[in-house]
Amino acid sequence: MSRNKDQFRPETHPNDSFLLTTVVGSYPKPKWLNRAKELYQDPDHEFDEDDWQEAKDDAARLITDEHERAGLDVVVDGEMRRNEMVEFFAHRIEGYEFNGPVKVWGHNYFDKPSVVSEVEYDESWLVDEYEFTAAASDRPVKVPITGPYTLANWSFNEAYADDEQLAYDLADLVNEEIEKLVEAGARYIQIDEPALATTPDDHAIVGECLERIVADIPDEVRIGLHVCYGDYSRIYPEILEFPVDEFDLELANGDYEQLDVFKDPEFTKDLALGVTDAHVAEVESVEQIEDNIKKGLEVVPPEQLVVSPDCGVKLLPREVAYGKMANMVEAARNVEQDLDEGNIDIERGAPAPADD
Amino acid sequence: MTDYVSTTPGLFPLPDWAKDDLSDLKGHQKGDLISGDESEEITAAYTEAREEVIGVQEEAGLDRIVEGQLRWDDMLAHPLAVHDAVETRGIVRYYDNNNFYREPVVQGDLEFSGDVASELETAAELTDDSDDLQAVLPGPYSLADLATDDHYGDEADFLAATADFLAGEVDAFPDHETLFLLEPSLVESAPGDGQDERASEAIDTVANATDADVVVQPYWGSLEEKVYAHLLDADIDAVGFDFVANQDENVYNLQEYGATDAVSLGLADGQNTLVEDPEAIRDRVDWVYDQIPVTEFETVYLTTNTETFYLPAGKFEEKLAVLAEAADLAEVKAA
Repeated sequence: MSRNKDQFRPETHPNDSFLLTTVVGSYPKPKWLNRAKELYQDPDHEFDEDDWQEAKDDAARLITDEHERAGLDVVVDGEMRRNEMVEFFAHRIEGYEFNGPVKVWGHNYFDKPSVVSEVEYDESWLVDEYEFTAAASDRPVKVPITGPYTLANWSFNEAYADDEQLAYDLADLVNEEIEKLVEAGARYIQIDEPALATTPDDHAIVGECLERIVADIPDEVRIGLHVCYGDYSRIYPEILEFPVDEFDLELANGDYEQLDVFKDPEFTKDLALGVTDAHVAEVESVEQIEDNIKKGLEVVPPEQLVVSPDCGVKLLPREVAYGKMANMVEAARNVEQDLDEGNIDIERGAPAPADD
Repeated sequence: MTDYVSTTPGLFPLPDWAKDDLSDLKGHQKGDLISGDESEEITAAYTEAREEVIGVQEEAGLDRIVEGQLRWDDMLAHPLAVHDAVETRGIVRYYDNNNFYREPVVQGDLEFSGDVASELETAAELTDDSDDLQAVLPGPYSLADLATDDHYGDEADFLAATADFLAGEVDAFPDHETLFLLEPSLVESAPGDGQDERASEAIDTVANATDADVVVQPYWGSLEEKVYAHLLDADIDAVGFDFVANQDENVYNLQEYGATDAVSLGLADGQNTLVEDPEAIRDRVDWVYDQIPVTEFETVYLTTNTETFYLPAGKFEEKLAVLAEAADLAEVKAA
């Protein structure tokens, strides 16, 4: 288990047990922010760069505050400044160019970038975002970063012999960015690698990327890895070898069908368990979320459990997203109290073979 | 003398204006995808986009003109996704790509639909020369592989029914010079013993429904030996090879088992924005010849290895021009 979780325990935490509550990252943008973007992109309108910057600052403050009100122990700005998880970074990395939108499904497109020369670190990606959010909140701030494997895989590769080499070069850049974030005070970094779900056989490449990412990063900096919507049996237990403190996994969406995968062998990292579904626009009840949290206790002891939604919640209506956060925090506090009072008796580990 | 024919496997990206207009007209959710009975406004947008991509192909100088399959929101699963006897369920991954389609679940007899035939009719009216028209369909094995069968109840029966359905669709096509049957599933989820032979028979069923030249294009690698050997038994004119994804095993198949009199060479990358030089494509044709014992094919189709909807519209247009020029270069050299 990781020993750097307790630094995020609030001084006023009400229970002995501590199930850290946080989010994966993205959050619905306020409608006025989208409207402001349209004005900014309209060449005939006088809404300028400064106005747009102010709008993004306001939105970041607003959502950070919304996370605080929901009671989250570790907050994010809801990624108010980011448009899309690959585009945002590709715009800031030397070596990328954009050629127009491509289809993902139906009429959903994204500006898939092309790597046309060796990637290089140019301007900082996230230090401004982190410093602003940290100043806007008294709580610890988590920084989500799209991982190098996903950055490589979801780009056109024109410059490298293979995607593996591109991913390693990008991992070195992520490492450079994390060093700057740590210097600025960040202590909680989450690497997002959704592409691993498409190509689970590449887990060794992701592992090597992570080795590069954490090189010379101090142990007290908590590093998480977020993976979603895949067949976890194809990457577990291999991922236990990854040099990270925490795995952030989507499991509520599949109704914990894949939970048993993580019971054998023993889950030796911290588990950030998805306890609310990011793609169902209904707020789960506190009781339902409590049950979901207890699923996590079948895999790890409370000291190793972190509580979060399945995935980024940006596609939900905002009031639904808020309801899920608030209920999630309430559920976590209730489970903590039950743990303190010795009311929870859950058998952990591999299920005993059926006796028939 | 070898005839070099520049072409594509279809399934083009929409022009950027059409991406915007159709997003607005149709929406972004699962239920907003193409139904087969779309409104007049949506039909008009597709008609305009179709006219544009046919113009782009003619301008590039391609030897075969496809309709573009711009309506195929569900990619190769389209002919079933719009079928009356099929229910579409959740969004599922399209092979190993970051693309998704609606899972088609077959719930009744696959009777004649005519959806693809009516698309091809409009394309035929738009092409300058009807001798250039190329039809595109998923091969029966891939179409069955992408779908879920809740009706026929037996793998072999379902494959045969899918083939009969496609044959019926082809029968309704206007005159066309070439029919491309796209069969990535022959590589991606290779048929096992028995099913490999049935896959070949299913292709035969579809191929026999047309007088046109039939090209079967597997991609994302090479065929297993037995699958390739069975495919050669089908009554088809050309087998395609994805030389972008795999060289050695494709060459091995050609060396060990020979080939049809015509071949289709996937030499330009349909999934990468790097635009090849026409000379490089021509050199790759020479390279293929150097590896194999045959001295001459009747026809060599030069194409991208995969569909091209993965590309931004601008890069897609550049790729078409490269294929056309590469075929011209190869002709000149051969002459």
